[in-house]
Amino acid sequence: MTLDRSRFRSIDEVDFFKKQKRIALKNCGIINPENIDEYIAYDGYRALGKAIFEMSSEDIIEEITKSGLRGRGGGGFPTGLKWNFTYRAEGEQKYVACNADEGDPGAFMDRSVLEGDPHSVIEAMAIAGYAIGADMGYVYIRAEYPTAVDRLQIAIEQAKEYGLLGNNIFESDFSFDLEIRLGAGAFVCGEETALIASIEGKRGMPKPRPPFPAQKGIFDKPTLLNNVETYANITQIILNGSEWFSSIGTEKSKGTKVFALGGKINNTGLLEIPMGTTLREVIFDIGGGIPDGKEFKAVQTGGPSGGCITTKDLDTPIDYDNLIAKGSMMGSGGMIVMDEDNCMVDIARFFLDFTVEESCGKCTPCREGTRRMLEILDEITEGTGTMEHIDELERLAKTIKRASLCGLGQTAPNPVLSTINNFRDEYVAHVIDHKCKAGVCKSLLQIVIGEKCIGCTACKKVCPVDCISGERKELHVIDQVACIKCGACIDKCPVKCIEKV
Amino acid sequence: MKSLDDLKNIRENTYKNMDVRNQEKGTRIVVGMATCGIAAGAKDVLNTIVSEVKSKGITDVEVVMTGCIGVCIMEPIVEVYSAESGKTTYVNIDTEKAKQIVDQHIINGTVVEELLIENN
Repeated sequence: MTLDRSRFRSIDEVDFFKKQKRIALKNCGIINPENIDEYIAYDGYRALGKAIFEMSSEDIIEEITKSGLRGRGGGGFPTGLKWNFTYRAEGEQKYVACNADEGDPGAFMDRSVLEGDPHSVIEAMAIAGYAIGADMGYVYIRAEYPTAVDRLQIAIEQAKEYGLLGNNIFESDFSFDLEIRLGAGAFVCGEETALIASIEGKRGMPKPRPPFPAQKGIFDKPTLLNNVETYANITQIILNGSEWFSSIGTEKSKGTKVFALGGKINNTGLLEIPMGTTLREVIFDIGGGIPDGKEFKAVQTGGPSGGCITTKDLDTPIDYDNLIAKGSMMGSGGMIVMDEDNCMVDIARFFLDFTVEESCGKCTPCREGTRRMLEILDEITEGTGTMEHIDELERLAKTIKRASLCGLGQTAPNPVLSTINNFRDEYVAHVIDHKCKAGVCKSLLQIVIGEKCIGCTACKKVCPVDCISGERKELHVIDQVACIKCGACIDKCPVKCIEKV
Repeated sequence: MKSLDDLKNIRENTYKNMDVRNQEKGTRIVVGMATCGIAAGAKDVLNTIVSEVKSKGITDVEVVMTGCIGVCIMEPIVEVYSAESGKTTYVNIDTEKAKQIVDQHIINGTVVEELLIENN
């Protein structure tokens, strides 16, 4: 029986996949990640063979440089340049390291690569080791990714069994070994110097740079540290060439980017698109738009370090520089979509709450400054904010950005600045009118039973704090002081006469 | 593995086995088992398919796990590859629907239209 395929579209024509181009995710969803043979079947370890036997260090570094690949962890630093620095650094012992900490809330790109195609990272790290002259690599992966850790561990063991890791790979002079180091749930350990400290067994706290890891990294040795997704592109560049890679994307941002699309969006998931695809295409074509007919409000990129982009900039082609120009950044790839029911002040507070918690405490601007900012945001969302508070937020933000030791502090104020910039009216409404238009900030919310109430007592019965009074067939009333704004009454009312105001 | 030739042999042999769409017989069933899939219940789906295939004595079928297919909101996802039906993607699968896929698609050769990704 042959299926009449003309009756159904193939998966590649489905809206979600139509505009995608999978390079880093090439094998994800296709191969069995726990079977090295399947990785090999799809060209696995052929790039490593090519590198060892047909290319010199300079050749490899030139290919990576010409490809235009930039760091996918968010920094966007030219990868070839970093490889070159580490290659040229002096020292007998060098290390290759992989940043698999992936601390941004809502980001799961790296997790997916490691769970679906761990060998792509292993092979790339071996190629990197060959290129820069390192015989040892570390993958620093957060312990909160147990499945990814397991799959990576299995992959490393299978690679060792096949002699693709260890001494004299393919019977050449090149030896490379790889170990996993687990993170312990600290966002700051995604920052390169803190990560290196953690690998060394020290507390994860950043150090001033210079010296950069390329000169002095793990155990003070030259270290190449790249993100998972950056590595996931390497084998394809080696096999297909830099010209192929640089033909994809925009002028300054080559290749593709993996995004984890979440929030108020129909097609939540993981996608990989050529740089230059617009935000509108990602959200409305690939993402399927906003559920329940709600209106798009903003999209947050870059997690706690990023900012939000609004309707006016939806046609921005995605690339590193464009997103910065619009007040955000690429970040690691987490993309959170927000609709009319999101409060932008609350969103800013959410991200700042995260960074305050994650601040390592070493430098004063971050340790003290972000906390002060959070206190102000608490006041604003609770209805005791003032216009001076908004000015203070901006003043603090500038200081913290300029004076913090590391990227965590330097970027923590970004969501606040971005939301003040794009949604100042919401801040003002919270402060002057004591109103949260989106109906999120509980202290500014009142739940009121309207005139259409039929006195059925259903709301009274469901209220967890017994704050609704009223007799049968009479208008019921909510005690605003006792009300905890849980909304259970709204859900229960059969005539939908209860509203948030 | 010693040489590039060894690598090539593994590559060519394994690819042939995996490439069921271009062979006369053979079916490959893939179940998404990244964290998104596992959280949605893919482990039970995979186990159900494995045990159904075994108990119904179906031959020439390989059932494997895979990573994130991408449309995480539609997990668990099951994809069937065969020469007859090409690549068929089923979404929002549970153990009952998994049995339906084995009965209707694998044994009887009829695609289960209501479970296709394009219809969801």
